[in-house]
Amino acid sequence: MAMDPKKHEMPSQAPEIRAHNFSEVALGYDEETAVSEAMRCLNCKNRPCVSGCPVNISIPEFISRIKERDYEGAYSIITKSSSLPAVCGRVCPQESQCESKCTMGVRFEPVGIGRLERFVADYHNANSTEKPVAPEWNGHKVAIVGSGPSGLTCAGDLAKKGYKVSVFEALHTAGGVLVYGIPEFRLPKAIVAKEVETLKDLGVDIETNVVIGKTLTVDELFDAGYEAVFIGSGAGLPNFMNIPGEAYKGVYSANEFLTRSNLMKAYRDDPNTPIMKGGRVAVVGGGNVAMDAARTALRLGAEKVYIVYRRSMEELPARKEEVEHAIEEGIDFRLLNNPVEIIGFNDPEDPRNPKNGFVTGMRCIRMELGEPDERGRRRPVPVEGSEFELDVDTVIMAIGTSPNPLIKNTTEGLEVNRRGGIVVNEDGLTSRKAVYAGGDAVTGAATVISAMGAGKVAAKAIDEYLMN
Amino acid sequence: MYRIVRKKELNPTVTQMEIEAPLVARKARPGQFIILRVTDEGERIPLTVAGTDPKEGTVKIIFQIVGATTFLLNTKKEGEYIQDFVGPLGQATELEGLKKVCIVGGGVGCAIALPIAQALHDMGAEVTSIIGFRTKDLLILEDDFRSCSDRLIVMTDDGSYARQGNVTVPLKEMLENGETFDTVITIGPLIMMKFVVLTCKPFEVPVIASMNPIMIDGTGMCGGCRLTLSRNGEKITKFACVDGPDFNGYEIDFDEAMSRGRMYMDYERHAYEKTCNLFAQERR
Repeated sequence: MAMDPKKHEMPSQAPEIRAHNFSEVALGYDEETAVSEAMRCLNCKNRPCVSGCPVNISIPEFISRIKERDYEGAYSIITKSSSLPAVCGRVCPQESQCESKCTMGVRFEPVGIGRLERFVADYHNANSTEKPVAPEWNGHKVAIVGSGPSGLTCAGDLAKKGYKVSVFEALHTAGGVLVYGIPEFRLPKAIVAKEVETLKDLGVDIETNVVIGKTLTVDELFDAGYEAVFIGSGAGLPNFMNIPGEAYKGVYSANEFLTRSNLMKAYRDDPNTPIMKGGRVAVVGGGNVAMDAARTALRLGAEKVYIVYRRSMEELPARKEEVEHAIEEGIDFRLLNNPVEIIGFNDPEDPRNPKNGFVTGMRCIRMELGEPDERGRRRPVPVEGSEFELDVDTVIMAIGTSPNPLIKNTTEGLEVNRRGGIVVNEDGLTSRKAVYAGGDAVTGAATVISAMGAGKVAAKAIDEYLMN
Repeated sequence: MYRIVRKKELNPTVTQMEIEAPLVARKARPGQFIILRVTDEGERIPLTVAGTDPKEGTVKIIFQIVGATTFLLNTKKEGEYIQDFVGPLGQATELEGLKKVCIVGGGVGCAIALPIAQALHDMGAEVTSIIGFRTKDLLILEDDFRSCSDRLIVMTDDGSYARQGNVTVPLKEMLENGETFDTVITIGPLIMMKFVVLTCKPFEVPVIASMNPIMIDGTGMCGGCRLTLSRNGEKITKFACVDGPDFNGYEIDFDEAMSRGRMYMDYERHAYEKTCNLFAQERR
């Protein structure tokens, strides 16, 4: 059989249309496309793709089920390893994980594993009326801090084994970064809600509005009868550049901008939470969060959106597909540029002028790439005398976060590293007995799937600990 | 959902509510705050805790009707529920070791100052309270302050009640007369706190100011509540939600905080008018 060298294309909203709405960009494979993409899988013996998956989904097996048009069979294979298939199929950086290892990829394009995973999960969510049944309680209770990807994964795995699991969430909605961070057009919130419902059907109890470290401490969770605690509290305080002008009105952290739009629904016509819409926007940074912020700003009605990044396209850390989508939508990439100052309006004649204190521009300096640093990335060096001003009225800083101090400060004996990340061993165990951790709270800002992997590792370790 | 156990109008624009939230009631200390949403899809707003009853499991909040969300909150009756209520957030006010303190509260800020005055009084500290209001009709909590203060001075801007003038007038007199305090704790409008700091400066009295910037999550995630402090000639960024809300008054850039507080002024005015109109129509 002749092999199609290319992946089946993902049907998507046209760039000029999607740039003005918040509906999902990628529309998903239909059944026929999914089956013929599945046919591209060679079902090779050494299954390299599985080792590329942080949660080790049995990829060739689920793809074989798609070939047989047994989509529910495929779903049950995926959910043995992943609690959030509809999420992962959308936001995983497959090109650097499973698909990067695909045998097909040696000569041709790899199999569209992520797209197939998404198809299976969406098929199940649309067609299955069967609800998962909570297994019989094994007599043990586990507390999970945070309902983001690591917490939900850990909760799901333990619930399937019969543990009584309570998830404590600081915000009013479960999902963590999946609801406050990743925008609707990349991950519809109805999908996250559906995955959370599935966990509830498994018997997981989700307590919103509880801030561990404030409302309750980790020690109080043990007092309340929980035998193990998993901390998946996520990323923390946003980083700023510490350049002049960052306090001007119109300067946001990406966390704030995205939270206003996603969690607080400022993207709707009649929201209760305000956000600056329209105008000219500069997003500083080159990761997935920067892409999300830039594309959100565009959809909110910005006339011009820049990505300002100090290295070149090659070093851009964002997922390839997101960068391509952003370029198609007309985001202007200003690479090898670094902000040095944010400029604001000040009318010395009239201190009551309502424009006072709002951003009017950003001074940048051009960069060139010098010697590689310790991680092998070429270090950007400023080009002297190359400063220029970018005409913008909103600046969004998407340059990472530092871990949240709330739990560290209230949990005695919990060791953290120099950057404030919780120190864990290979099982996710912290310096405190029966306290495990994973996700951004440990690693600093990383991906959804790596957080899920950490939640999975910890769930296994917690199970072994409590069963002994 | 969180039940409104009691509701009381303190003046035409300020309402007191006691909300059933046992976990928060058990933990909250003076100076900390909560975040609430009145309805699903509503805005998250921070309000400082005005008192707790851990036995009953209730938390007291006092709020001024200034915008759409506080207007909506005020339409809720005793026995009704609000959607979300989370806390206690922020650091409690540092009271340990204080023996002689002057509390300076302005307007609805007095509601936050009261539990601090009470805690100091219970510790055996000597408490001087200066509370100021625009006019007599806006006066709140006078009796509560009287019962926990060794000395109480009430001020109104227009002289319609007690002494006329703003809160810095009696503060300055006391300091000029050689009176000393371990610290001055001030809570109220930014402009008032700025002038309390300026008044204290020549006398080198420490000042703690309680900040109330725009916030969303309140747990150290969004960074919207950041403010700039000047410490040893260096500018540093702090987050009111996790580092505060109390800060050393001499370090705070009040002008910047005032400017940032007005970021959404237009938006808020429209939202407020719309909410008011909506309710006016419903009543008709």
